[in-house]
Amino acid sequence: MRNVRLIARLDIKGPNLIKGIHLEGLRIIGSPAEHALRYYKQGVDELLYMDNVASLYGRNHLGDLLRLAANNIFVPMTVGGGIRSVDDATLILRAGADKVAINTAAVSNPKLITDIACRFGSQCVVLSIEAKQIAPQRWEVYTDNGRERTGLDVIDWVKHGTSMGAGEILLTSVDREGTRKGFDIDLVRTVTAEVSVPVIASGGMGRAEDCVVVARDGDADAVAMADILHYKRATIGEIRAHAKAAGLGVRDYE
Amino acid sequence: MTSEPDVVLVAKRVVLPGVGAFANAMQALQERNLVPAIQALAKQGTPLLGICLGMQLLLDESEEFVVTRGLGLIPGRVVPLAMQATSGASQKVPHIGWSGLVPAEEGADWQGTLLQDNGSGEAAYFLHSFMAVPADPRHRLADCIYGGRRVSAAIARDHITGCQFHPEKSGEVGLRILRRFCAD
Repeated sequence: MRNVRLIARLDIKGPNLIKGIHLEGLRIIGSPAEHALRYYKQGVDELLYMDNVASLYGRNHLGDLLRLAANNIFVPMTVGGGIRSVDDATLILRAGADKVAINTAAVSNPKLITDIACRFGSQCVVLSIEAKQIAPQRWEVYTDNGRERTGLDVIDWVKHGTSMGAGEILLTSVDREGTRKGFDIDLVRTVTAEVSVPVIASGGMGRAEDCVVVARDGDADAVAMADILHYKRATIGEIRAHAKAAGLGVRDYE
Repeated sequence: MTSEPDVVLVAKRVVLPGVGAFANAMQALQERNLVPAIQALAKQGTPLLGICLGMQLLLDESEEFVVTRGLGLIPGRVVPLAMQATSGASQKVPHIGWSGLVPAEEGADWQGTLLQDNGSGEAAYFLHSFMAVPADPRHRLADCIYGGRRVSAAIARDHITGCQFHPEKSGEVGLRILRRFCAD
């Protein structure tokens, strides 16, 4: 049985860790470095940093944060936001990231997925998809933190993106993001059924049980969580213990 | 960090990391004239640790994209992970995530190896689409189980060790391996 990964998602704006609802209405939570270290000490499986305004200004500012984190955090780190070229990806990976997540730039230039994959391997390229439901069993791809519609169908884009070399999918439900209402199970299940690469479910985790449901019913390979951790409604340890008790495969962590 | 053969040759210990594709990595090593330097380490007895692709490079050859010669320090090949679990279900490739390390041979212990401070079952972080298959079972140190099959997680021959997982990304479990590698 595979182990479902528990991922802390840190949305960053300038020097601050932030959290919004539907990726908007951002509130300042505190220091990204302090929160990242706390989650590492709680036994988080991975960290996901998203530079929220990078896409708007066309560049990612997380280099310093990554270099700092690389000194005391020894779990994989994925970074997204504003990565527009192989050079951008190179800088982020050199600063200590293990994977880069691309969304906006991949939509406008899908070949970027292939270019980064050829240089660093598919396992380095996470295709980040912001999905909004538009009809029963239909979702549209959005970019720029759920602000811009693309006209692309999520399922078509997932297939295209993985054929271009994406090694993993970060699937964020804009509808559920920040709402604590649980994951969009239909969305996750529909995507996991289409691709052979791992899928990270993101958006909506309200309680530990949501993680179990999206892994069991949605077949998610990993679960990204933010609100529940940032507002200290549960620790990674508590979520892991709950998942294990519910029969989910998770990493053994003492 | 260096890409200078002279620096490599006099180092007390050498880590060979690696991200990307096998053929590109071998080509990069050749362009920098590092292949003979790394092979010389094996003769010198300098402790060498290959990580992820750096572990796969230790073997004779890889089937990734085109069959490519490796460093040939540990006999064996690098082959793709199976796309199907033993249960018949399709399985995710790349293998991304935390899997427990178990001795490659039942009942074996890790005394005298880089894993000697680790216990069986401790989880490490993996991120790979290909796997090493050493020709000599004695070079298999630890496995993980993926899709019901044993996958080489760590291999070793004399002072040369390779880890398919990332010790630098495996929390305390990985740090123990790295501390052991750095210990005299």
